[in-house]
Amino acid sequence: MNQWIDACAKGDIEEEDLIRFDHGDRTFAIYRSPDDEFFCTDGLCTHEEVHLEDGLVMDHTIECPKHNGQFDYRTGKALRAPVCDNLQTYPVKVEGDRVLIQI
Amino acid sequence: MGARDYSMLGADAKRAVETGLSAAEWYHTSVPRKEMKALMKRSDQPAIRDTILLFGLMVGFAGAGIALWGSWWSAPFWLAYGVLYGSAMDSRWHECGHGTAFRTGWMNDWVYQVACFCMVRNPVTWRWSHARHHTDTIIVGRDPEIVAMRPPDLLRIVLNFFGILDALNGWKRMLQNAAGHLDDEETTFIPDSEKPKAFNAARIWVLIYVATLVLAVVLGSILPLMVIGLPRFFGAWHHVMTGVLQHSGLAEDVLDHRLNSRTVLMNPVSRFIYWNMNYHVEHHMFPMVPYHALPKLHETIKHDLPAPNQSIFEAYVEVLPVLIRQLRNENYFLKRSLPATAKPYREDLHLDALGTPAE
Repeated sequence: MNQWIDACAKGDIEEEDLIRFDHGDRTFAIYRSPDDEFFCTDGLCTHEEVHLEDGLVMDHTIECPKHNGQFDYRTGKALRAPVCDNLQTYPVKVEGDRVLIQI
Repeated sequence: MGARDYSMLGADAKRAVETGLSAAEWYHTSVPRKEMKALMKRSDQPAIRDTILLFGLMVGFAGAGIALWGSWWSAPFWLAYGVLYGSAMDSRWHECGHGTAFRTGWMNDWVYQVACFCMVRNPVTWRWSHARHHTDTIIVGRDPEIVAMRPPDLLRIVLNFFGILDALNGWKRMLQNAAGHLDDEETTFIPDSEKPKAFNAARIWVLIYVATLVLAVVLGSILPLMVIGLPRFFGAWHHVMTGVLQHSGLAEDVLDHRLNSRTVLMNPVSRFIYWNMNYHVEHHMFPMVPYHALPKLHETIKHDLPAPNQSIFEAYVEVLPVLIRQLRNENYFLKRSLPATAKPYREDLHLDALGTPAE
């Protein structure tokens, strides 16, 4: 059964940015959108498994730091080559100052 | 070390995958996230300004060339137009292919398509080829964009100063793609889902070239071909001149861009044509940084990089003797000194691949 994991504090992520979150042997990317919402996806790009933590968040897209492929981090949809496969997304909720992800 | 096999289907390609040289972790100079975010920030304004200037100059030069057609006075205008068509479009292909030139996606895509057409580079094939170039930069058998292989084929490079081999190969591939076929090597880096797009682009290009040729026949003049097609020959020299300097004479099969890429300081005209790709170590280390921010990135990380060459001329003085020596000894390459402020080369990442360093 999927469980809620306490991932980080809201203040750990700047607006329009992301951080890496590792849990067990899995790695995730947690985003804070320009409208102050939080989202979570798998951490590795579906193209060549480069971690997205050094990527660029623009509006609601994340751009991979290696080949500039883009995803909509709200839906995981692949938007721009060379990424073709969508990114897995995960539910997020905010409780007080904490950001929780369901994985 | 035996003879290198640069084929995407050969023994070195297999070796690179088996040894972990392919799709590996690369060295990066440490830059605080806040600073890197500022450097990566996208903007439409610089690229809109440069694109209006580029296309405005192209229209002006071609217009003057047409107006003066039949007189030698048209020659300098055609030469200038040619450089913008056959060289500036190389850097526009590059930057817009990365998607970093403009903030707005469709602007990148539009300029990318025009640039691909001018350079006779299939927009799908070359997007994937360049992705591989960034994954496996100068990894033998994996990087499809190595200009000076070892031993260097100097005749090929000289011919390409006039676009001869690259352009002819581009048109050959265009016809092949239009017929619904891909080259065997291209199939190693283009996903199946993208292949129809490559074929469709080639078919549109064929229609444009047929229309241009028909117009030339109707007019009884090569003038239409002076505008479309021929500038790929007589304007190629600048992009080859600058492109040769990107990696030539430096290390192969390494995982530190400071060892295999070269930054060359250049005059403002060349930097406009080349869209700042003279900051090539910086670009490879951080491909997310748009061309207009590369000078600032250079200032940020130059403490960790070999000193840049001070001019195109000085860079060729460095490169040519290395290429000539590689004709006799293909294991030879140039390993440049790092400043005292730099972290040492990450030779542990690729130790087995190193050959004989230059002294």
